Amino acid sequence: MGFFADLGRWFLENWSGDAGWLVRIWQHVEVSAVAVVAAVLVALPLGAWLGHTGRGGLAVVSVVNIGRAMPSFGILALALPFTIWLADTVWFIDNGLGFAPTFVALFALALPPVFTNTWAGIRGVDPEIVEAARGMGFTGRRLLRDVEFPLALPVILTGVRVTAVQVVATATLGALVGYGGLGRYIIDGFATQDDVRIVAGALLVAALSVLTEAMFSLVERRVVSPGLGIERQTTVPTPETRFRNGEHPEAVLS
Amino acid sequence: MIVAQAAGDPRFFRWDWVWGHLDLIGAKVLEHLVLTGIALGVGLAVSFALALVGLRFPRTYQPITWVTGLLYTIPSLALFAFLVPVTGFTTLTAEIGLVSYTLLILIRNIVAGVQGIDPAVRESALGMGYGRRRLFIEIELPLALPVILAGLRIAAVTTIGLVTVTALIGKGGVGFFILRGLNRFFDTEIVLGTALSVLLAVAVDLVLVTTERWLTPWSRTRGAG
Amino acid sequence: MPEPMISLEGVTKVFPGSAAPAVDNLTLEVAAGEVAVLVGHSGCGKTTTLKMINRLIDPTSGRITVAGEDVMTVPAPELRRRIGYVIQQIGLFPHRTIADNIATVPRLLGWDRTRIDERTDELIALVDLDPALRNRYPRELSGGQRQRAGVARALAADPPVLLMDEPFGAVDPIVRSRLQDELLDLQRRLHKTIVLVTHDIDEAIKLGDRVAILQVGGVLAQHDSPAAILRDPAGPFVEEFLGSDRGIKRLSLMPIRDVPLEPGPVVSRAADPEEARAAMARYGVDWFGILDDGNLEGWAWAADLEQGPIASLPARSFRVRLGYDDSLRDALDTVITSHTGVAPVFDGERFVGMLTAEAISRELAR
Ligand SMILES: Nc1ncnc2c1ncn2[C@@H]1O[C@H](COP(=O)(O)OP(=O)(O)OP(=O)(O)O)[C@@H](O)[C@H]1O
Ligand SMILES: [Mg+2]
Repeated sequence: MGFFADLGRWFLENWSGDAGWLVRIWQHVEVSAVAVVAAVLVALPLGAWLGHTGRGGLAVVSVVNIGRAMPSFGILALALPFTIWLADTVWFIDNGLGFAPTFVALFALALPPVFTNTWAGIRGVDPEIVEAARGMGFTGRRLLRDVEFPLALPVILTGVRVTAVQVVATATLGALVGYGGLGRYIIDGFATQDDVRIVAGALLVAALSVLTEAMFSLVERRVVSPGLGIERQTTVPTPETRFRNGEHPEAVLS
Repeated sequence: MIVAQAAGDPRFFRWDWVWGHLDLIGAKVLEHLVLTGIALGVGLAVSFALALVGLRFPRTYQPITWVTGLLYTIPSLALFAFLVPVTGFTTLTAEIGLVSYTLLILIRNIVAGVQGIDPAVRESALGMGYGRRRLFIEIELPLALPVILAGLRIAAVTTIGLVTVTALIGKGGVGFFILRGLNRFFDTEIVLGTALSVLLAVAVDLVLVTTERWLTPWSRTRGAG
Repeated sequence: MPEPMISLEGVTKVFPGSAAPAVDNLTLEVAAGEVAVLVGHSGCGKTTTLKMINRLIDPTSGRITVAGEDVMTVPAPELRRRIGYVIQQIGLFPHRTIADNIATVPRLLGWDRTRIDERTDELIALVDLDPALRNRYPRELSGGQRQRAGVARALAADPPVLLMDEPFGAVDPIVRSRLQDELLDLQRRLHKTIVLVTHDIDEAIKLGDRVAILQVGGVLAQHDSPAAILRDPAGPFVEEFLGSDRGIKRLSLMPIRDVPLEPGPVVSRAADPEEARAAMARYGVDWFGILDDGNLEGWAWAADLEQGPIASLPARSFRVRLGYDDSLRDALDTVITSHTGVAPVFDGERFVGMLTAEAISRELAR
């Protein structure tokens, strides 16, 4: 029982201060949130517009495939030389370490799933409904805003949820490029062979991830029009059956 | 500024370094494939067992997806971190983590694949005197194969990416280069590790697609005649 | 009646979670070699009844025997291999070729390769499938071809009993009618005991030796030969179910053989013109048939008599002709469309008499 007592003591002793877990949680959430919001601001309008006009099918397939094949660890590592170069080149950025590479990596990571789910969600709206809306005089942007978007919302929100969970997970690796966040405890614990710190960090990361998943699930249930009556699954991807015939990419998944 | 100096060579990618380290690269690629192969093999076996339980006793399916979903949600690094105090910096630690990530995808696809079979096919098989086990092996499994293999492809590509993270617990396959490049500020290794990982994913995916076409001749469109 | 091939005694099925039984205390016997048709509105329990025979559904109570054996005493898979089963959606295995599909039950029974191959070829010929389709996959076949393959598969191990659930429901009416004829033809050769489910009363009348009409809840409304049911419907439900054209439907069950025929305005080659004029007057027509040695050669107009002796007249051929075993239903169409109101009937090549519209309406009135 000694280990668990130590673990309990660790949490009591390390909650405050610059390296305390309250600050670390905040750092973790901060970079994740900024990255997700930025990605949504860029990818959602783009995906919605391309989905609405029916263009970009090939792009979506490529984005899905590349997005899935790219290792997030690799993206994070590649972000470092990029931000260092940026800091050297652009005068107003004076530090290429820490927040910058972590943000860049997470942002890059978040774009594909938001984009593809938005695109697939809009494309997936029943063509008869769109037809009916056009018949009633909806066109262009209004059609997208008032009809297609609300109907695609469940799929889009699934995309945002999956993205957020993935971003929070990958933010853990930010410790490797000099960022704070909860990954610090694990990486430092590995280095110093401090099992208590490793497990404490892992617990915090796991809790934050599960909380993120739960929170977004809740939002999804609240926001989606009750008329759509979709059955929500609590966790990650839907089975690969929906887009099997190659018409759509497996966009709704992780 | 220390950083810029540590980066040493100004060139972004040095082919000469790659040529000079082909042996090491080959070894790491092999390690990567072995780690992936074991994870998928074990993951498939465990998933089949759990999917069978879920199909036979529908009440258990919800809890099974709930637990595997939880495993899927926990970040890989955290999962490895939970294991390190128990199993250390070992292949076992890496594999437990990697296998955990394949379960949700594989189980869902196995179950969806079997449940998606035309009920008329199942009914006529039963009507002709198939027993449960033969029904599963001869009819349900082959017909669910496309969906199962779609799941396996996703699991494979995901696993190949995740293997790179095991570099942090002393394994990593080509992730070894990513981590070392990061520590030494040596871009060539970062790019190399990432590119190799992507290439492996694409190659394995291609192999699986080909396998699928070969295993399911009935779903191919044939020319007239 | 000899020992029935299939018998249901007081069979009831109540699905869990539903209050009313889907099949209620049903007693029914099917004789060996007979086609029994279960017919009734949607949801009346036809499929449930059928599936209880091969134990895809187990009855809540009651007893079912096949060939004298209580089905509950035989392990279900074993029982099912002895009973052919054809369903509307056919349920061919999409991942197996037509030949492999047909070979399913022989394989389950562990036949050897050559025997299976021979049997497969035999069945492909039996159901009139193009042998070139042997190695195709089901999705490469038309609906009618699939249906034939489904029947071949059900017949593969030569089971004495065949269960068919709306076997022709998924094909268009023209193909359906042809498949029905083929089934009857097949049955004349094979003498299986067939239980066939349909909700189409015309199909039931056409195919059934005996028809069981079910009411909602699997209650037996009437069980008898189609002719008897049409003649004497047991109560208003059956009457309503048979529809207002019950009389016409009855005609389809009567062969011309059973109706007295008229000799018609027919004379032999050797007859003189006066005989021909008398025959035409008798029937009030302006044409006459020409018999040559008992063989109906054709006919001629009254006006043709001006051209010379009957022996030298060219015989015009009849555009309509009926077979002795054609049904009165077919005859009615023929007679009505022929502007003369009569049609010659042949037994093979032998002329047996003329059928008139009056003769048919006399039958209708009976
Ligand atoms: N597995 C089942 N569980 C519960 N109820 C069932 C089940 N199968 C059939 N039923 C019910 O039993 C009744 C009879 O169904 P059955 O399938 O035998 O009808 P049917 O006469 O074959 O109809 P149809 O012509 O539409 O095929 C229906 O009310 C149906 O809803
Ligand atoms: Mg039915």
